[in-house]
Amino acid sequence: MKIDDKKRVLREMVLHRRFEERCYQAYIERKIGGFLHLYPGQEACCNGVMEAARPGHDYVITGYRDHVHAIKCGADPKEVMAELYGKETGSSKGRGGSMHIFDAAHHFMGGYALVGGPFPLAAGIAKAIQLKGGDEIAICFLGDAANNQGVFHETLNMAALWKLPVLFVCENNLYGIGTSIERSTAVVHQHKRVAAYNIPADECDGQDIDIVYEHARKAVDHVRAGNGPFFLELMTYRYRGHSMSDSRGYRSREEEEVWKQRDPILMLRDRLITAGAMTMADYETIEKETDAYIENEVTKFAEESPEPRVEDLEKYVLADRESQQPWLTGKAA
Amino acid sequence: MAQIMLWEAIQRAHDEEMSRDPMVICMGEDIGVAGGTYKATKGLYEKYGPLRVMDTPISEGGFTGLGIGASFLGVRPIIEIMSVNFAWLAMDQMFNSAAKIRYMSGGQLTAPCVFRSAGGAAHQLGAQHSARMEKVFMGIAGLRVVTPSNPRQAYGLLKSAIRCDDPVFINEHELMYNMKGEVPDGEYFHPLEGSDVARAGTDVTLFGYNISVHWCLKAAEILDKQYGISAEVVDLYSLSPLDRDGIRKSVSKTHRVVIAEEDEAPVGVGAEVIATINEECFFELDAAPVRVHSALVPQPYNHTLEKAAIPDHEDVVKAVLKLFGKA
Repeated sequence: MKIDDKKRVLREMVLHRRFEERCYQAYIERKIGGFLHLYPGQEACCNGVMEAARPGHDYVITGYRDHVHAIKCGADPKEVMAELYGKETGSSKGRGGSMHIFDAAHHFMGGYALVGGPFPLAAGIAKAIQLKGGDEIAICFLGDAANNQGVFHETLNMAALWKLPVLFVCENNLYGIGTSIERSTAVVHQHKRVAAYNIPADECDGQDIDIVYEHARKAVDHVRAGNGPFFLELMTYRYRGHSMSDSRGYRSREEEEVWKQRDPILMLRDRLITAGAMTMADYETIEKETDAYIENEVTKFAEESPEPRVEDLEKYVLADRESQQPWLTGKAA
Repeated sequence: MAQIMLWEAIQRAHDEEMSRDPMVICMGEDIGVAGGTYKATKGLYEKYGPLRVMDTPISEGGFTGLGIGASFLGVRPIIEIMSVNFAWLAMDQMFNSAAKIRYMSGGQLTAPCVFRSAGGAAHQLGAQHSARMEKVFMGIAGLRVVTPSNPRQAYGLLKSAIRCDDPVFINEHELMYNMKGEVPDGEYFHPLEGSDVARAGTDVTLFGYNISVHWCLKAAEILDKQYGISAEVVDLYSLSPLDRDGIRKSVSKTHRVVIAEEDEAPVGVGAEVIATINEECFFELDAAPVRVHSALVPQPYNHTLEKAAIPDHEDVVKAVLKLFGKA
């Protein structure tokens, strides 16, 4: 990555971190309901991979920890926050919520709440790309725990069999909700599990964005060149609990501190300062500007946006309920 | 108008739609090289090739999800689940991904895919190969459910389902693929919503769908000839949404109702039809509606027990005679 790109990405990562922390606050204030899964600690994963890919062009799909992936693809943070507030101006018009952010215009194909559910959908998106002959790829970001679902293996088999242009990114944060990977999974290193399907795989540090980027570039190039699927495992850590109701009683504060010593944002910041590309004062300005943007534009937009109308409760259930198409009316085309 | 078999009608709908639109594909177990367990995709592999006629591994959850994902980008997959019993394995994707995607994305994405599956109880296939699951599918918001009773519907409903922007589940019947019937020579779309009056009558309405329409037609014949009772047979080929207008119209005409279904009570299509009658036209009834349904047992293998578990036209006749105080 060039220095200017790194500076831009640092600013984006600060936005991603602060956005999530603001969500935390809004949840405590009961402005956001339901389940809320936050991303702090894992920012280098999404950012590193998407810097190597083409955000807004390549198709991205993920699980329920999806706000940052949507924003990275090009979704407006204002609309994402409005979605969390359940507002009509939200990215899914308030019908989806935190776990179901979508931005089809930027090829962000959504957040899904069933662990492992996006695996076959990602392969299907890749199948559509293959049929249409485009140069996009499908990128599926999921956690390590999703790999214990049956559809993980079903999907890897089909993706390899049909050489589908799909990159599986495993953000291995070591916990499936409150169960550590050692206690749930016979093979801790996930990239080893895909060898059975003849899918090339790689593993790297998921906290250092430079390392993620280098590995992701090879992975993305492999898929885009028409060589079929690739599996990239990123070793990472989520600072907060699985969701807001999780008090993290299953792991020690010492373990958390060890991971926070290698914070993805601070590592990139310090590297840029050491290289003379920015000063600490520059970084503090970024933080201040980001907080102001989140407060004065993002949160304000969500707060002031209207609720959906109750009259529209059943809107969006079926696509062509009112159409006069022959397949609904039975009259000849 | 040609007389063709039901599997030929399904094959013709596939062929016409695939030749019209390169984004229409089909996928499922043994549908390509082998030509389909019930021949519904015969010859398509040779004509359209492996990219569009996909023999899938035996991974129902996986390949159903794959088809749904492709449909988000405008591909129109016809996904065959070889036996409806295997659909249990695909329901997570059908319900959580296909049926809900439009709503939870605020209208941004749709899943224009077709799920076809052979359902019903065939002969001595036992507990895990005889499920009737229409009752499960018809309760899911965002999913259309249709079930053909003849080749004309099988052809026209599949054509319509492929064109429709919503996910559609087509519940076929293992015993009906070789049934012959008239199908229009020209292109024909059967409406996805509604019901068909299969036989007009004045004294009692017999509601059926899929195979039970044939029990009803046979019963109506007997009731007319032997008992002088004029039965109307209404084919509820659309189970979701149910045709509330069609139900009301017929009940308002005959004032008596028998519902024949191959699925089990409690919690079946009949219960939903009776609830609909209560809501739409309760005061039109001259007698409490009666449902004829399968026994609530895992399907037995033994032939005699299996016959005892599933109703037929004689049970429909008996129910009507009881309704008229003649039994």
